[in-house]
Amino acid sequence: MVKITVDGKELEVEEHLTVLEACLKNGIFIPHLCFLKTRPHPHASCRLCFVSIEGYDRPVTSCTEKVRDGMVVRTDTPEVRSLQKSAFKLLMSLHPCHAKICPTEKPCLLMRIAKHLGVGLNPKPLEYIDRGLPDLVDFGPLYYVPNRCVLCAKCIHTCRSINQKPLLTFARRGIMTMVAYFDGGDGDADVCSNCKACVEICPVAALLPKSAFPSSVEK
Amino acid sequence: MPSIVNRGADWFRSIGTEKSPGTAIFSIVGNVKFPGLVEIAMGTTLRTLIFDICGGIANKKAFKAVQIGGPSGGCLSDVFLDTPIDFDSLTQAGAMMGSGGMVVMDEDSCMVDVARYFLDFTQKESCGKCTFCRIGTKHLLDILDRITKGEGREEDLTILESLAKDIKQGSLCGLGKTAPNPVITSLKYFFDEYVAHVREKRCPALKCRALIAYYIDLDRCARGCEVCVGSCPVEAIFTTKGRKKAIDQAKCVKCGECMAVCPKEYDAVRKVSPPSLAPIIERPPEEKIKEGA
Repeated sequence: MVKITVDGKELEVEEHLTVLEACLKNGIFIPHLCFLKTRPHPHASCRLCFVSIEGYDRPVTSCTEKVRDGMVVRTDTPEVRSLQKSAFKLLMSLHPCHAKICPTEKPCLLMRIAKHLGVGLNPKPLEYIDRGLPDLVDFGPLYYVPNRCVLCAKCIHTCRSINQKPLLTFARRGIMTMVAYFDGGDGDADVCSNCKACVEICPVAALLPKSAFPSSVEK
Repeated sequence: MPSIVNRGADWFRSIGTEKSPGTAIFSIVGNVKFPGLVEIAMGTTLRTLIFDICGGIANKKAFKAVQIGGPSGGCLSDVFLDTPIDFDSLTQAGAMMGSGGMVVMDEDSCMVDVARYFLDFTQKESCGKCTFCRIGTKHLLDILDRITKGEGREEDLTILESLAKDIKQGSLCGLGKTAPNPVITSLKYFFDEYVAHVREKRCPALKCRALIAYYIDLDRCARGCEVCVGSCPVEAIFTTKGRKKAIDQAKCVKCGECMAVCPKEYDAVRKVSPPSLAPIIERPPEEKIKEGA
């Protein structure tokens, strides 16, 4: 066990934890999207979990920092908040929020983060970016909604660790990056139909089982 | 390399400065008289490199900026000409050694357009993993695009600055951490150019196509010369009542061909910004009748 101080509060935590895990375990919320406990190495792509740590000249992502004895952490400095708000606005510029038709359980993780940061669910002052991607992409037994996806890669990791097969993967690059489904034959579609772990892990309902869709949408 | 092996590391370290010993090889391109690869001792000033070794700016133009360190380096203005070239000084100025690329720009370069060009490159290079680089560089590019097209808004200037700073700090890898450098440095050292684009819809370097117009100076145009008419790809040039030539602004695509072909002794084609400065000359009516027929 090591002792760390977060926002003036002394915590005693297990030493193998990251700062993010230690805070979440002790009821201190740090915005995060791509963190997944089962992942051996943090993905660190969402850039939301910034914290200030004494002795560092700039905010660092808390999912990549292991706790050390005597560490002094602040989760709400102006620099941290500025980076978090900026990253959140960037994500929202590709995620037009349609709360009424969005099937996530409310409040979704994005709503919680927005409330925590005190910002709206719009990208203001940035504008929405239309990448010209389709509303729905057919993934065999699933539908994928590219304009909801925040590319946290939780689905990809979960699928691989459960099925030992790379059914889901990243495709394209840069601003056009999206998740893709790869059916290599050999009963892959059956494996996928019987699993749905990705659907459950997705924080933004970007992956949906086809069965959940009203027949009017399914064509 | 052979001389380092022959004479030893101490000899090599005796060249250059204390913190950046040795030499560096730069690839100098752009508007200099003698572009090419140059090996210099660390600590040589930019002025020595550009004006002595590379012969200064070509075509008797004035020096405007030098972009150092490849696409993610920074654009430095003339106040940095006496900066020594070494790791620390360049980083302090907002540029970097990077790949040793150096692009020298003369007065005809628009710094907003230059920033847009480099962002276009880095945005395409982004792998798409982390939020700041993937989406942030796209926003920077979109805003710069907007400004060079004359559709920039006042708030764009503050968004550019804060977003660039956040991308630099928040990105996962070195690409995103350095990608905003051209924006940050050009905003810092050439802010007035951004302001001219946004507030006056004017491109001071007469580079951004949407913000310029070509016209023909009737006092200089020669009667009967038809060179520009032949060069125009969209038939925007017509003959005026006085048998001189004029440009139909509605048809002109601003390719600059007429300016390039107009004989030197006349030199009648002019470029202005904003486009409203170009005098409007009506097409003579008989031309219209011909068109209709």
